[in-house]
Amino acid sequence: MNVHAQPAEPAFVAPLHEPERKSLLRFIACGSVDHGKSTLIGRLLYESKQVFDDQLDALAADSRKFGTQGDALDFSLLLDGLAAEREQNITIDVAYRFFSTARRQFIVIDAPGHEEYTANMATGASVADLALVLVAVEEGLTRQTKRHLVILSMLGVRHVVLAVNKMDRVGWSRDAFGAVETAFRELATDLGFVDIACIPVAAKNGDNVTTRSIHLPWYRGPSLLDYLETVEPARTSNLDPFRMPIQWVNRPDADFRGCSGLITSGEMRVGMPVKIFPAGRVTRIARIATFDGDLGHATAGRSVTLTFTDPLDASRGDIVADAKRAPAVTKRIEARIFWMKDRPLERGQTYLVKLATSTATARVEPGLSIIDLDTRRAVAADGIGANEVGHCTLTFDRAIALDRYEDCRDTGSFVLIDPETFDTVAMGCVEEIVPLQNGPRLATWLPSRAGAVSGKLTRWTETHARSLVKAVSWRATGSLDTFVVTFVISGSTKLAGSVALTEILTKVLIYYGHERIWALVPWGKRQAAP
Amino acid sequence: MHLVRKAFYPAKPPLPLLHVDTTWKFREMIAFRDARAKQLGLELIVHVNRDGLARGIDPIASGSSLHTDVMKTQALRQALDQHRFDAALGGARRDEEKSRAKERVFSLRNANHAWDPKRQRPEPWRIYNGRKRPGESIRVFPLSNWTELDVWLYIHRERIAVVPLYFAAPRPVVERDGALIMVDDERLPLKSGERPQIRLVRFRTLGCYPLTGAIESKARTVPEIIQETLASRYSERRDRVIDHDGTTSMERKKQEGYF
Repeated sequence: MNVHAQPAEPAFVAPLHEPERKSLLRFIACGSVDHGKSTLIGRLLYESKQVFDDQLDALAADSRKFGTQGDALDFSLLLDGLAAEREQNITIDVAYRFFSTARRQFIVIDAPGHEEYTANMATGASVADLALVLVAVEEGLTRQTKRHLVILSMLGVRHVVLAVNKMDRVGWSRDAFGAVETAFRELATDLGFVDIACIPVAAKNGDNVTTRSIHLPWYRGPSLLDYLETVEPARTSNLDPFRMPIQWVNRPDADFRGCSGLITSGEMRVGMPVKIFPAGRVTRIARIATFDGDLGHATAGRSVTLTFTDPLDASRGDIVADAKRAPAVTKRIEARIFWMKDRPLERGQTYLVKLATSTATARVEPGLSIIDLDTRRAVAADGIGANEVGHCTLTFDRAIALDRYEDCRDTGSFVLIDPETFDTVAMGCVEEIVPLQNGPRLATWLPSRAGAVSGKLTRWTETHARSLVKAVSWRATGSLDTFVVTFVISGSTKLAGSVALTEILTKVLIYYGHERIWALVPWGKRQAAP
Repeated sequence: MHLVRKAFYPAKPPLPLLHVDTTWKFREMIAFRDARAKQLGLELIVHVNRDGLARGIDPIASGSSLHTDVMKTQALRQALDQHRFDAALGGARRDEEKSRAKERVFSLRNANHAWDPKRQRPEPWRIYNGRKRPGESIRVFPLSNWTELDVWLYIHRERIAVVPLYFAAPRPVVERDGALIMVDDERLPLKSGERPQIRLVRFRTLGCYPLTGAIESKARTVPEIIQETLASRYSERRDRVIDHDGTTSMERKKQEGYF
């Protein structure tokens, strides 16, 4: 069964009599433990007048009982709703909160910071338009921040806003903020984000949260809320190829046979030629039936029942798709995986795979790799452990229809389910489709794969060693040139030799320093098309 | 209900309706329930915990927590076990209460119907894992991410019939511990000095009538309710007495099998 994760921007959300529809921004807030994330969101809710009076009264009582702010309100308690969370002062599970301003509606996904609960963060990230990454200015970027960024990158979150929190603790220092910002931008260069903003805040007192702070005169950008109200996230459009995974074959009586489901991407109209995959038979749409009457045309986000001009044998799990821009039908894929169980993912294991509405059995092929958090490179591994992002090849027991995640999210994402406990153990994104005709691949193909994995995760910056070697090789070439030029002008091999040698020593160091400084500057770097 | 009908259209929803009746529900709600099921031609199962009834459990003498446990939580477990349902759909939303905010759309319950907040299945994208082992069951909350306002706007747009108690009308109420309790029938024992007064009230939520507070309101139509909701400074569950049996009382009830 497939239900709407939330009312996907339906017209009725806009309050009555309001001529313009407010846009909806769904963002995830993530950060390491104790960097003040729940406090920041509590602030946003409070300052935008979204906390009801009875909830505020309960908050005042709870703040005295569990709070860490003395007699002041502890906003983190607004969100940490579970008993265990309040006792330990941490966020365990994702909380979804709603607020709106005059300009926009928001769904905040409050994700846990603890590594143990990274799965809940990843779940929240899968439906987010934007990520708010919170870093306490004194602690800087942690390993968990890096992990979060790799997961955001894998899931295709393209907008990231860095809130540098607890600015009050460093005397509102511009340099302290700058250091975190620089480190963050360097970390983010390989990860495929299209838009990064950095904002200094002090969530506890609300500085720069909804209004510009008087303590930060050197900061000229928007407050956090201003930024969230105006950022324009990339959206799916009606130009995407039409896909409707079949949820249910609808047969109320002998005369009617239709296929019910949610249109996950694109649009379609009556008479349009479509194919039903994986069988791939061509037909045309005869009727688009809904409870409110037949439609001539329907777009993504709508649940409908379709009938076709030809009698077809379609069933749950099949995908109705645009005949011209078809999904792939395959038994084998390469996938990016986020693993969520203590026992690692290893070659030879079998799992149930649920992709859109279809379920199949998947076997893990040899040749696993994981993403190293420090270098963001894929490195070969025997298994993918808990909370790691990696790559693997999966073979299904039957051919199923799917897309690459980059092309069509709903038909390019899947979960792996343990066949014994039925727990959800992994999230996956289809990265490459191995065509049906291909026989088993040779092992020699595997090493070359490291360069081909994740278009987003392997665009590396330079290591220090590489910069140094480049500096030496450039200097050797340059000094040879200096020697020749000095010799031609002066005619003295001794003078030419000493000038060239001195230059080698000084300029190697200068060149190395110059390279490293440029490596920190994001300006002028361009994303290669994936 | 309306969404289920739309989802299966043109077929009729292939599932029965289940109501766990504590015998203390509002009379108008029961009348509405019966009329609606009949009008739509859907099977309606009404379950009452006969054992609890025989023990004389009631919301006033037994106290709200014992009553809720026996007549709602236990009763629901009985009904699910008796009919061997794999899954039950409900209308709970994340904006209602803090522990509900953290519950999954597909909420797995063990053989004792207990919810374990730390062992919930991740639900990325729109993918829901409906697999379960024998004995386990799933509570499904399709409206998880809707807000109270969304619900009223949807009711308005789709012209959905609702129980008249949601609209303001002159009703007999007594004021008790700050809540306005409606005198729905003669079973409500009046304390000394309590005299039912007629006030213009409506309900934002409908539980057992002695445990559900009304609000003073003039909203007699859906658009008026929407205006009122937009301006409200209080959450709807403030009026549910059972939510205030301790800070984490809802979470505890859910671990015991409450919806």
